Amino acid sequence: MSPIQLLIKDLADKYGRNRENLLPIMQGVVEQENYLSEYSMVEIAREMDLPAAEVYGTATFYSFLEVKKMGRFIIRICKTISCAMKGKSQVVFAIQDMLKVNVGETTADGRFSLLETNCLGLCHKAPAMLINHEVYTDLTPERVREILSEYMAK
Amino acid sequence: MATSYQLKRADFIFKNENDWEQVLGKILSQNPQDLINELISSELKGRGGAGFPTGLKWKVAAEQPSDTKYVICNADEGEPGTFKDREILQRVPYKVLTAMVACAHVIGAREGFIYLRNEYWFLRNELEKVIDEFEYYCKEINLEFKIKVFMGSGAYICGEETALFESMEGKRGEPRNKPPYPTTWGYLGKPTVINNVETLAHTYTIFKYGAKKFYDLGVQYSRGTKLFSVSGDTPKPGIYELELGMSLQDFVYEFGDGDTKAVQVGGASGFLVPRKKFADTAIGYQGKLTGISLPTGGSMMLFNSSRSMYNVLDNYLEFFREESCGQCTPCRVGCQQLLIGIKAVKRAEKPASYLDKLLRLTETMQYTAKCGLGQSVANSFSSIVENFREEMIY
Repeated sequence: MSPIQLLIKDLADKYGRNRENLLPIMQGVVEQENYLSEYSMVEIAREMDLPAAEVYGTATFYSFLEVKKMGRFIIRICKTISCAMKGKSQVVFAIQDMLKVNVGETTADGRFSLLETNCLGLCHKAPAMLINHEVYTDLTPERVREILSEYMAK
Repeated sequence: MATSYQLKRADFIFKNENDWEQVLGKILSQNPQDLINELISSELKGRGGAGFPTGLKWKVAAEQPSDTKYVICNADEGEPGTFKDREILQRVPYKVLTAMVACAHVIGAREGFIYLRNEYWFLRNELEKVIDEFEYYCKEINLEFKIKVFMGSGAYICGEETALFESMEGKRGEPRNKPPYPTTWGYLGKPTVINNVETLAHTYTIFKYGAKKFYDLGVQYSRGTKLFSVSGDTPKPGIYELELGMSLQDFVYEFGDGDTKAVQVGGASGFLVPRKKFADTAIGYQGKLTGISLPTGGSMMLFNSSRSMYNVLDNYLEFFREESCGQCTPCRVGCQQLLIGIKAVKRAEKPASYLDKLLRLTETMQYTAKCGLGQSVANSFSSIVENFREEMIY
């Protein structure tokens, strides 16, 4: 058994193999792998006795279930109006400049992915972003450079 | 005509009361019918934005003959400009859980879920600790009720109740046809009560202090208080609990920066109110006597005169285009075409009169889209285009 097969089996044992357990299982794989590869989706389908197309169809519906390879740290910066009004673009430029990637791309070393996302529910502390599950608010180009330096050292 | 209503602050939701065990004990000692009557007489309406009477919802679910029923707390707060539910779950989670246990007692449910949006993953551990306390309490008093946190995976539409059920069932979060309503056919086809986080937190106040206390606040058809998430061009962004029925003018006096050009009430799916209409607009649920009254999930975004309303609309439409589930054609294609359309008008590739065609398209969407998302695109689109037409063109 490959490590991913083993992970999926453990998750299925933990949550169950009914259709309503599909999301928790996919989330469990994303926690480990940062994304759902074609291989893991086929394996989830096999483990849960579902058509692979159903698993793929469900995964692609949700923005936190990525189906292409992601970096170790996924930066999701809010682009909705409150954050857009408070200088989100300058923050994105600072990140792009520092990491040398565009929105939607992953750094060559596979450490960072930069994504834009819809409202994070932190509008009173805009602009805001998530790095994996960690929340960062009141961003400025300077502050985001500091935060990323810390991540680069990790 | 200005309403003479002043802004009235309140402090119920976030008041820290370390007495949930007494409150819950009192609730569980009453019979379900009395609790339902208490809720109905408080006139509490759903605080997620739709405004369905909460007591009635519990009543219908309680009357269903099914053995299996569910209580679900909708914490998929995704409306742009709304952030109150996160704060409730962070600061007073026990109020929400008390309400869930109360609801389980009333309708006869043995399982409950909190559908928490993926963006709020950081709340999960703390929340699960509080849930453990409640499950321990339930076990002690021999009440069979389990609560689980179900994590969303990033989809605005899953805040729509039937899409949320689909999502919990492991499918794409595509809304179902209604009826049947959740109270008869909800999660896994069982009768389900699904309430917004804030709605549940309000029931704590009602059960603790009595319906009258709640009913005495606010105005006719819009009883009680409401949390408002204030953001945008304001010197004091944050969450404020206010009595319903206030005029938007009073709100802007309090929260504006002196140069407020417009306020978006109810997030991207709500209405944009321009300065000249502040005095005639009240915040509350629609009623016969209240005139122009805007219901809201609590999102209040202020824009000052430096903001381009074209950019605001462009941002909303991009949001809707991405978050439309794609299931029904009016919404899927409509959102795309609206965005393409306003860009074309802005670049002068289409004449200004094209905006009227787009307005007719939003009208069609309002009538034909399957769920609230597609239907409500017309709200912000028409209120922005009609009030700031010149900004759309030049």
